[in-house]
Amino acid sequence: MKPRRHDDEEALPRHSARHRRPHATGRDIERYSGLFAARTRGMRSSAMRDLMEITARPEVISLAGGLPDTSTFPAASFAAQMTRIAQESSAEALQYGPTEGFEKTKDCVVEVMGAEGMAPDHEDIIITTGGQQAIDLVCKTLIDPGDLVIAEAPTYPGAIPVFCSYQAEVEQIEVDRDGMVVERLVERLDAHARKGRRPKFIYTVPTFQNPAGVTMSTDRRTALIELARERELLVVEDNPYGLIRFEGEAPPTLYSLDGGDFVLYLGTFSKILSPGIRLGWLCAPPPLMAKVVLGKQASDLCTSTLTQFFVHEYFRSDDWRDYVESVCSIYRERRDAMLDGLARYFPKQADWTTPQGGLFVWATLPDYIDTTDLLAKALRENVAFVPGAAAFLDGRGGNSMRLNFSAQTSEEIGEGIRRIGAVIGEQVSLFETITGEHPIAPASGEGSSGDEGGEVLPLRPR
Amino acid sequence: MKVAVLKGGTSMERVVSLSSAARVEDALKALGHEVVAIDAATDLIRRIKAERPAAAFIAMHGCDGENGTVQALLELLPIPYTGPGVAACMRCTDKALAKHELAAAGIATPDWTTLSDAGLRRLGAADAFEEIGSRFGFPLIVKPTTQGSSLGVNRVDGIEALASAVVAALSYGERALIESFAAGRELAISILDGQALPAVEALPKDGGSFDFEARYQLGATEYVCPATLSESAASACSSTALRAWNALGCDGFVRVDLVLTASGPEILEVNAVPGLTDTSLFPLATEAAGISFESFVERALDLALGAAGRRRAPST
Repeated sequence: MKPRRHDDEEALPRHSARHRRPHATGRDIERYSGLFAARTRGMRSSAMRDLMEITARPEVISLAGGLPDTSTFPAASFAAQMTRIAQESSAEALQYGPTEGFEKTKDCVVEVMGAEGMAPDHEDIIITTGGQQAIDLVCKTLIDPGDLVIAEAPTYPGAIPVFCSYQAEVEQIEVDRDGMVVERLVERLDAHARKGRRPKFIYTVPTFQNPAGVTMSTDRRTALIELARERELLVVEDNPYGLIRFEGEAPPTLYSLDGGDFVLYLGTFSKILSPGIRLGWLCAPPPLMAKVVLGKQASDLCTSTLTQFFVHEYFRSDDWRDYVESVCSIYRERRDAMLDGLARYFPKQADWTTPQGGLFVWATLPDYIDTTDLLAKALRENVAFVPGAAAFLDGRGGNSMRLNFSAQTSEEIGEGIRRIGAVIGEQVSLFETITGEHPIAPASGEGSSGDEGGEVLPLRPR
Repeated sequence: MKVAVLKGGTSMERVVSLSSAARVEDALKALGHEVVAIDAATDLIRRIKAERPAAAFIAMHGCDGENGTVQALLELLPIPYTGPGVAACMRCTDKALAKHELAAAGIATPDWTTLSDAGLRRLGAADAFEEIGSRFGFPLIVKPTTQGSSLGVNRVDGIEALASAVVAALSYGERALIESFAAGRELAISILDGQALPAVEALPKDGGSFDFEARYQLGATEYVCPATLSESAASACSSTALRAWNALGCDGFVRVDLVLTASGPEILEVNAVPGLTDTSLFPLATEAAGISFESFVERALDLALGAAGRRRAPST
């Protein structure tokens, strides 16, 4: 029963069961937190994050994640590809590779981008460790603390920690059913210009936006590119979902409209093939690319050689478009199940987007409902979603939620939406009981499409 | 000695509970005990019965672990357990009940009332909102009566924001506590076996309120332990916390959260299963008192074994 000493730890044989280091004392905590870089101030864990951890319970129908369904990827094809790599290119596939990525991987990127009407040069492409690293590298290359970044409201929740860790000041511009409201963007740019400020870049997910599910109209795209060229502003186009289209005509990408002078393009194999292979890419003009490559070298030297070989083998032996098509037909059915469920089970006061592709629906509830609190209630019914506040840095979004339809079956989606609808119904009826409000119900929500994703709502004091 | 560490479960504070338990498990192993860690689920009782531990260390925060549920089951088996008994857990977990007990014992606590979902829906409780406004003034605090973390806690600055704050609090349980806002220094007094340990003061670094994020996040909050208090203020805080301990019938170890206002300490709540993570306040207090974490864990176990006689024994 003697207190543990460090000598005891060192005396442990190397093959003994794993042991953890002793836990931190108050002094340790003070010492460590004294060492933290200023940029970590912006990195916050949160109650919401702890709530999200509970969503991983097996009994929970989680509409919270953003996971593509990888269950239908043909295992036999996967096995054949990997076997061929082992037999034919073992040494090379297990070796470091070029920081920019292999030329043969870039061939695949050119093919994928070609499917959306783009034709980048190899020199303009760098293969990254997922699309997420591409966001990180853009920030690493461009952002000094306090620099202004323009993003959408709501924006991709995963981009927020990247912006924060580079200490960017982020301004979010409203999104409606036609994507980022470019007229509003112009107003804000003018206001900043009057103070002598310019954003380092404008970050947008123009197609099947995460989290709002909306797509920027061609008119807005043209206007945005004209604006960028006129004012010499960089636009970062993040396009993970463009090929996950269920219906409708695809608008031109910003990159194709611009030709790659003012648009940096971010792509990924995560949604069209697999997120586990961690392969994405960035297209940038040469002067920028030179710095990005140095930044990438500092981060991880190169992207996984093995998975680059895998993608190349896969593109050589199979038609990747067939798989994308099969994934799209699965997601289309699931999206329909979600929209049916929403029309059936969500109260009249709710509004939601009708995505023509991608992975997400964005629902907006009456402003007196806080979706973080609602999530706590929903979790008791074993169902989860992402509270809207996760997609904002400025406290908005408290009454919205992101609903994912790629990761669960249609039956689970229907049941999940039914449960969420029931807990919202309880909140609405309680509020109306308290306030004595019985608002006249709007016309049937069937097929309704929300344009309030970016509505400015005051943050309730906490 | 074989000790079961009960942790996790489905509470909102599951993640915090797992960190508390990890630390306790390490301490128990360092002390030479055999540790059986059990993540609370539907097989909890079956597993305890199969393992037959000599004692259970309860490291489950929130709902089942803190409200007397697990404690009552352990008495049924019977297995000695750490922390307060069933009745004290029930009184501490229900913040409104705790305040009634404290007030009855003449201990200062911010003025309060409760609103229930049923009262609002069936008895028209909303018609009393005007009285709530005039009695408590603004700002006031609305929180769930039984939620351990700061989830669902809102500061309300005017009557127009009251309804949504009540709806938020009622997302976590049947009743909401309405409490007048007590301005002052936020202090935590840890109590181990009827002895008050040095006060911890939590000062948010960015000037915000001491919310959930500040509470559990490394580097967001500055902890001062012992808090810089005058001798008389420190002794007033300790003695008030000890009176609360007595009034609620606690034993083992608890953490008393209070606000030191201009007119003295006022109790906010008593945590029957305080956090024991690296950033938790209780371990800071034991450390400041010169008690190592291992010694504290051993002491908590000894108290559990000693308290076994005071728990409700199976009838013979």
